[in-house]
Amino acid sequence: MVQRRTAGELLFAAANHALLAALALLCVLPIVNVLAVSLSEGYYVTAGMVKLWPVGFNLKSYAFVAQTTEFLRSVWVAVQRVAVGGALNMLLTVIVAYPLSKEAGQLKGRTLYVWLFVFTMLFSGGLIPTYVVVQELRLLDTLWALVLPGAVPIFNVILLLNFFRSLPKELEEAAHIDGASHWQTLAKLIVPLSKPALATIALFTIVGHWNEWFSGLIYMNRPENYPLASYLQTVIIQRDMMVTADPSLMAQLAELNNRSVKAAQIFLGALPVFCVYPFLQRYFMTGIVMGSVKE
Amino acid sequence: MGQSRWARDWPLHLMVWTGLAFVLVFSYGPMIGIVIAFQKFLPLNGLFGSKWIGFDNFRYIAHMPDTSRVIFNTVFIAVMKMIAGLIVPIVIALLLNEIVVKAFKRTVQTIIYLPHFLSWVILAGILRDVLSPNFGIVNDFMAWLGMPRVFFLGDERWFPFVLVASDVWKEFGFGTIVFLAALTGINPVLYEAAVIDGASRWKRTLHITLPGIVPIVVLMATLSLGNVLNAGFDQVFNLYSTVVYSTGDILDTYIYRLGLHNFEFGVATAVGLFKSAVSFVLISVSYLLAYRFANYRIF
Repeated sequence: MVQRRTAGELLFAAANHALLAALALLCVLPIVNVLAVSLSEGYYVTAGMVKLWPVGFNLKSYAFVAQTTEFLRSVWVAVQRVAVGGALNMLLTVIVAYPLSKEAGQLKGRTLYVWLFVFTMLFSGGLIPTYVVVQELRLLDTLWALVLPGAVPIFNVILLLNFFRSLPKELEEAAHIDGASHWQTLAKLIVPLSKPALATIALFTIVGHWNEWFSGLIYMNRPENYPLASYLQTVIIQRDMMVTADPSLMAQLAELNNRSVKAAQIFLGALPVFCVYPFLQRYFMTGIVMGSVKE
Repeated sequence: MGQSRWARDWPLHLMVWTGLAFVLVFSYGPMIGIVIAFQKFLPLNGLFGSKWIGFDNFRYIAHMPDTSRVIFNTVFIAVMKMIAGLIVPIVIALLLNEIVVKAFKRTVQTIIYLPHFLSWVILAGILRDVLSPNFGIVNDFMAWLGMPRVFFLGDERWFPFVLVASDVWKEFGFGTIVFLAALTGINPVLYEAAVIDGASRWKRTLHITLPGIVPIVVLMATLSLGNVLNAGFDQVFNLYSTVVYSTGDILDTYIYRLGLHNFEFGVATAVGLFKSAVSFVLISVSYLLAYRFANYRIF
């Protein structure tokens, strides 16, 4: 469609590009600034000379953070949490979404089942009662406290349920006529057909577990059980915990700029998200649209 | 039929119950625990050994001077976020929709979606650095322009607005997705007809684009109603400090401190129950409205 463009339209287009470019910059500049601080020599950071580009480039802050036992231990807890919690979430999302994607006539009690799940999105017992349940089950200071309470992500179940419903019904009927059981239909037909949707949900789940900091903070009494997000919350935000208790490292810390060390911790905490982001971005458009806009 | 149906369908029920087991323990279990709100709860005595005190915890809350302030802060911050969080994404989606150069559009989208995926711990760490009155890049820039330095996170007048602005900063990009999807759903024939009729770009926006996204705007506004008491725990908890409690303390942070710092379990649960009950009504009403008027169904 070829159009005449008036002067006003051209002016608008130019202003629009400029505005959106400025907004995009606004989103990344704070991150770039902190990255620059993490890579700069402490002296220049203190002097306020570091803006958007490192001054006196070095990796000392990163080297220091990577040596602290507290940091490494919390990374390991976070990795375990992502692996165990992510696998559990995905398994339960699939096996709950599949039966609930059936019509009420196909599965007795389907309506009641759905409401039992959805009700938990509308009403919750709240912080203290949930804490008491986790405590009564003797889960405090175990990995299970971080993965079991949120084992069934209802929102993802609904996303996947709607996706399952969009698949052609004939395929499933054909499988049943051929004598396939529900397990076989799910594992050999439905799951392979849903790979893009499952990939989206898996990425969201991984990022979610990696980022989640609050449950670690309240359910872990001993800081050595903190996942990375909770550890970072205590050292960067609350500042009530020492970065390290190791005497030789403390000497090293004294020579570094506190701001640079924090910036390095922030960056290392966000790094996995940055790594996953390109994949996330490829998938999530379809994922979001799939869940929110439907006929 | 009954027998054979069970023989065929039992795996489906087993699947549901596997998930339901977790939900019963960790979501419905705590709902039983709400009785703590009516007890002088002591962890040693347990849920059914603690002393029942009726509505005393609620009376105590009603008389605490902090309560009304916390409720006001919560609603004020949440409503401002709801409004800004609706308008900004709509405007940006409309502007993005006018961009013809695909590569530019994609680049902007990629960048503005990113903050959504970072946690408030990371973003608060970044904000605490860049907003610092002494060395933060924002204040350095303002000083360069000749403006006075502002302690954004330590000034009670500024704090609620910093919360709203930083929430918009994190979420506006991601918020455009749903509106962009609605914009691509508008029938292109309408635009072609308008061009033939000689409608200017602005007229086309006014008479085709805007009416085209009204339904989704109404739907998003309705669904956000459930958040009136959700001022954003993760964000506030990671950005606030005692000096801004007067304008920044919200129900969720209040509950956290009452329960897990002061160990007033009964009182904290009572405040939590108040929040859950009001939110339940709000969410139910918003879903009901969305269902009635926009034919919205979650499943």
